[in-house]
Amino acid sequence: MAEIQQSGGDSGKGGKKRAKKMSTKIDMTPMVDLAFLLLTFFMLTTTFSKPTVMEVAMPVKPKADDPEPPAIKASNALTLLLGKDNKLYYYDGLLSGEVKPELKLSNYGAEGIRQVLLERKRNPELVVLIKPADDSNYKNMVDILDEMNITGTKKYALVDIAKPDQELITSSGL
Amino acid sequence: MPKVKPHRTSPSLDMTPMVDLAFLLVTFFMLTTKFAPEEAVVVDTPSSTSEIRLPESHVITIAVDDKKRVFFGVDDDAIKSDLLTQVGAKYGVSFTAAQIQAFKGVASSFGTPIEKLPALLSLDSEQRKKVEQDGIPADSTNNQFIEWVQTAQQLSRKSPYGKPQYVAIKGDGKTDVPTVRRVIKLMQEKNINRFNLITDLETKPVAGK
Repeated sequence: MAEIQQSGGDSGKGGKKRAKKMSTKIDMTPMVDLAFLLLTFFMLTTTFSKPTVMEVAMPVKPKADDPEPPAIKASNALTLLLGKDNKLYYYDGLLSGEVKPELKLSNYGAEGIRQVLLERKRNPELVVLIKPADDSNYKNMVDILDEMNITGTKKYALVDIAKPDQELITSSGL
Repeated sequence: MPKVKPHRTSPSLDMTPMVDLAFLLVTFFMLTTKFAPEEAVVVDTPSSTSEIRLPESHVITIAVDDKKRVFFGVDDDAIKSDLLTQVGAKYGVSFTAAQIQAFKGVASSFGTPIEKLPALLSLDSEQRKKVEQDGIPADSTNNQFIEWVQTAQQLSRKSPYGKPQYVAIKGDGKTDVPTVRRVIKLMQEKNINRFNLITDLETKPVAGK
């Protein structure tokens, strides 16, 4: 307070003290630099693409008093066996005690299992059973689920591999 | 003849509209940016033609890496601290306030058995990155994994979100099927039947070609 009064007393000679005229424009360059720096930073760190997901619905655990699900007819079934070293086997129908279906070797490419599925899809009742063997890898499972999606196969199930299936693979020698 | 004088323009131009735009974009990016959560493990996901996107939030991520270790992660801040104390209480492990605070940074992906979790949370974030995590026990004898999932789902139902979280499985392409199947089966036991397998996008071939 005192200082202000003192300075007032100094220039008390008369005549208003004129404020120094300043340009109304300020140099905005540093601010713009900063703004663009931040802009670049946020643009580069933003994660735009969210990963994609494949939806898989598993059957609800059956309750004790639930009726048995209807059995699949062998004529409508196609079984895919995912083996080791990216091998893919398939056979038509179901594996039962006496009937040994013919096991065929296929692959995950566009010319492999996709053609088989498209051909079998003429049967609208087709049910595909996917049985990944213990030594198959996860990529195989995703690939085959994806193949179901590509060919538009609606009825498919992920099933545990059974012992007869494994024996079929070893005995076929494919 | 009078000389034609070139019109003199000031070399400094009006930057105001440009600055306006720049700050508008800065604000937009600042508000929309969500930093990618820190991953405790590198998972190389297989690719698929599915075009469904992972939701932005309320996701439980279960990562299975190529060494068959299981990692668990939640992204919902509202349930993280309760999740830790409740799961800890079940196994008789208690946490300090600082450890609970540290868990908020770790919760997006971790793979440590509950007994070793306090030690991990006491480390600072730089040291924590160097720790080799063993994966969450997920088998019938020591099933901590399902405790995490179930507790997170229960808390999520009670939280303002009010619904169970979205379950996403992030498997490495080289891991084996039995590990992934076991994780799925454990959750099926608890009536969690909808899963989402995280994959990379690949272009869809035309069917029949």
